[in-house]
Amino acid sequence: MITDEPLVAVRNLHVDFPSATGVTHAVRGVSFAIGREKLGIVGESGSGKSVTGRALMRLLPGSAKVRADVLRFGTTDILQAGEREMRALRGGRIGLILQDPKYSLNPVMTAGAQIAEALRAHKRLGRREARDAALALLESVRIRDPRRVHDAYPHELSGGMGQRVMIAMMLAPDPELLIADEPTSALDASVQAEILSLIEEQVDRRGMALMLISHDLPLVARFCDRVAVMYAGQVMEELPAAELHHARHAYTRGLLECLPSLSERRERLPTLRRDPAWLAPRP
Amino acid sequence: MIDVQKLDIRFGANHAVRGVSFQVGQGETFGLVGESGSGKSTVLRAIAGLVTDWTGRIAVDGQSLGRKRDRAFFRTVQMVFQDPYGSLHPRQTVDRILSEPLVVHGVKDADARIARALEEVALPRTARFRYPHQLSGGQRQRVAIARALVADPRVLLLDEPTSALDVSVQAEVLNLLADLRAARGLTCILVSHNLAVVAHLCGRLAVMQGGQIVEQLDEAALRAGRAVHPHTQDLIRLSRVLEEPAG
Amino acid sequence: MSKDSPIADAATPTAALEPVPDTAPEAALAPPPPQPGAAPSRRDWLLTDTPASRSQAAWGRRYQAWLAFRRNPLAMVGLGVVVVLLLLALLAPLLATHDPGAQELGNRLAAPSAAHWLGTDELGRDVWSRLLYGGRITLGMVVAVVLLVAPLGLLVGCIAGYAGGIWDRLLMRVTDVFLAFPRLILALAFVAAMKPGVESAVIAIALTAWPPYARLARAETLTIRRTDYVAAARMTGASPARIVMRHVMPMCLPSLVVRVTLDMSSIILTAAGLGFLGLGAQPPLPEWGTMIATARRFILEQWWVALMPGIAIFAASLAFNLLGDGLRDVLDPKQR
Repeated sequence: MITDEPLVAVRNLHVDFPSATGVTHAVRGVSFAIGREKLGIVGESGSGKSVTGRALMRLLPGSAKVRADVLRFGTTDILQAGEREMRALRGGRIGLILQDPKYSLNPVMTAGAQIAEALRAHKRLGRREARDAALALLESVRIRDPRRVHDAYPHELSGGMGQRVMIAMMLAPDPELLIADEPTSALDASVQAEILSLIEEQVDRRGMALMLISHDLPLVARFCDRVAVMYAGQVMEELPAAELHHARHAYTRGLLECLPSLSERRERLPTLRRDPAWLAPRP
Repeated sequence: MIDVQKLDIRFGANHAVRGVSFQVGQGETFGLVGESGSGKSTVLRAIAGLVTDWTGRIAVDGQSLGRKRDRAFFRTVQMVFQDPYGSLHPRQTVDRILSEPLVVHGVKDADARIARALEEVALPRTARFRYPHQLSGGQRQRVAIARALVADPRVLLLDEPTSALDVSVQAEVLNLLADLRAARGLTCILVSHNLAVVAHLCGRLAVMQGGQIVEQLDEAALRAGRAVHPHTQDLIRLSRVLEEPAG
Repeated sequence: MSKDSPIADAATPTAALEPVPDTAPEAALAPPPPQPGAAPSRRDWLLTDTPASRSQAAWGRRYQAWLAFRRNPLAMVGLGVVVVLLLLALLAPLLATHDPGAQELGNRLAAPSAAHWLGTDELGRDVWSRLLYGGRITLGMVVAVVLLVAPLGLLVGCIAGYAGGIWDRLLMRVTDVFLAFPRLILALAFVAAMKPGVESAVIAIALTAWPPYARLARAETLTIRRTDYVAAARMTGASPARIVMRHVMPMCLPSLVVRVTLDMSSIILTAAGLGFLGLGAQPPLPEWGTMIATARRFILEQWWVALMPGIAIFAASLAFNLLGDGLRDVLDPKQR
């Protein structure tokens, strides 16, 4: 599905955080491209996966030093773009879904009002039109009783419901890219599957690109087309999700093998041995 | 070793646990599985004495327990919490954290015991005088396990001990728990939402939903998928889906 | 990006976003640049990741707090002024040019000169010397008030917060009663009931100053008692008294210290106010507030007599406020 010009192009991205005792290299030479497809970025905590996602939206704290040969969204050079241009990009052409809707939704506004605001920030809409559009969006994220949810405050919603509202909000301005950063790790397994298939469905229907950031390798493999495995700020391996079980890199294999299994019994779990050679600079 | 009968817990209007009964034999590891809000952690906290508003019967080692526990109880029963970032005192060094139970119980050879406990959980000696924020998540959980074991308990209550950890660290901690359990003959109760983790450590388990135990089964039945209750079947199916190769 | 480096931990945003795996690659952390002029050995000893003893760990943590504090220039100014004021007060007998009580009626209300650096007051007493000795009284009162108030507030707040139930209600209603009165009015009433003087003023201010500390400590305790580390402390079998003293109070202390330094200025002002109203230190004791009170009659003609203690009060209040702000940034665990 990759077109000639990918939607997102990242080449040799570096993110450093200078501190009193030294420089922390969070991302070290990451390159990838996203077309109209679903890319999963997988890694353990500290691998730099979230920082990569945030660098794309320029949402990193001021102390971060971002370098890249190419960091481009559509025709916008993210390294050069002005703040106004970035604002139009964030929540306009790029939507961001975070881990816990409890913290990412405004607690003193109803769900409907937040979606309406997201709509009106990018389109000229009357009050009534915005309400109708918000209800339509809530329905599209498979909320059975959109009217009740529309008038509910975030604390009155369950985790799964809150995440649906969050998704509806991010879909409001018709983004071209959806970045989902651990969208389901705060949710139960049953809800997790529903939310991910919802994201999948919306991405497919709207022809969006998806960047799914997660620590859960099997989960990502299930819902993405391609998977990039990150470790210590570098991409270890990038492969089609369907071929994950034939992964070649020792790190990817290690991550898969150290999971306890329900179907087969194992006395001891194999543990991951981190090889310093993985971090050797590559051409 | 542990006998829970008709355990009922209410928090105001919220009826969190409804008539839960189960037994755990000496040296056995028992799993409590369920989704968030199913009451599994509340049951564990009631056994630990951290939740006091319960009715029913909780007995450990043949002795019925009251709401207030004496010091001897805490020498028998210890607990490891879910969040290694929250369960260690941020202003205390590892050394101080481990010495606390020894001071309370008036144990003599504290210094040697702390050194031994650190060794047992495979923490380097250099970690002894560090603060929790200087340790990684996995190292912190090892400290928490060492704290639970330093005064030689016979029962270990595990509340989602690996759910806040990376999978590679989870494997290390699960192996460690299995080793310690075998070496010390511990009786354990493991609370988790992850069926694979429970199947890995537990011989028997109970599935909870809405504050009730809907089904009890053993490891073999779980792995074979011989569950009767639809909720258990749901959980098994969801867990399987992610294990199969994506297609 | 080694999690094992405490400094990187406190100061890098990544640490907040994503913790680091167990054996983070050491190669990811560039070696720290050499610090010119710093004594490397002691600094290394303090900043090491692997302290070898309890005291080294404790000193290392203090040193890091100091490094963070040092980065705030305003707070350093505050600290400097506070230290200078305390030194001046302590060394008053050495630095004073005159006896603070010695009257020289022929030389009343003199302007600043070589003989009397800051001039003389209405009885011909040297203002510079009186300021120095006044610092002993004023700052001494502040210290005494703090020593009375902070432990009392901490104890009441922690017990109320941890015990809950009837204890909480009882202690907090008592606190409310004290909070309901305006501070200065209540202090006035106390002093009026006792004999005016420094000791009465200290007790009066202390009685009116403790309730906010109790409230603060209680609020902190309510959040702390829910944490897993307190649950873990309960699992050790420790008594409630031990949990409060050893586990809860140390966590309340930082915010209390911050609150105390921010409160210092208002304590100084209350002490000065009582002095001004004639209910604090009694003449001829050189207390800053009393000095302004007696000088107010000449404030238009001989302004320097009132201005000098005014500057002292202003400097002390401002310095404590700056210090408090700086300490809050360093000590408040929520800021990390």
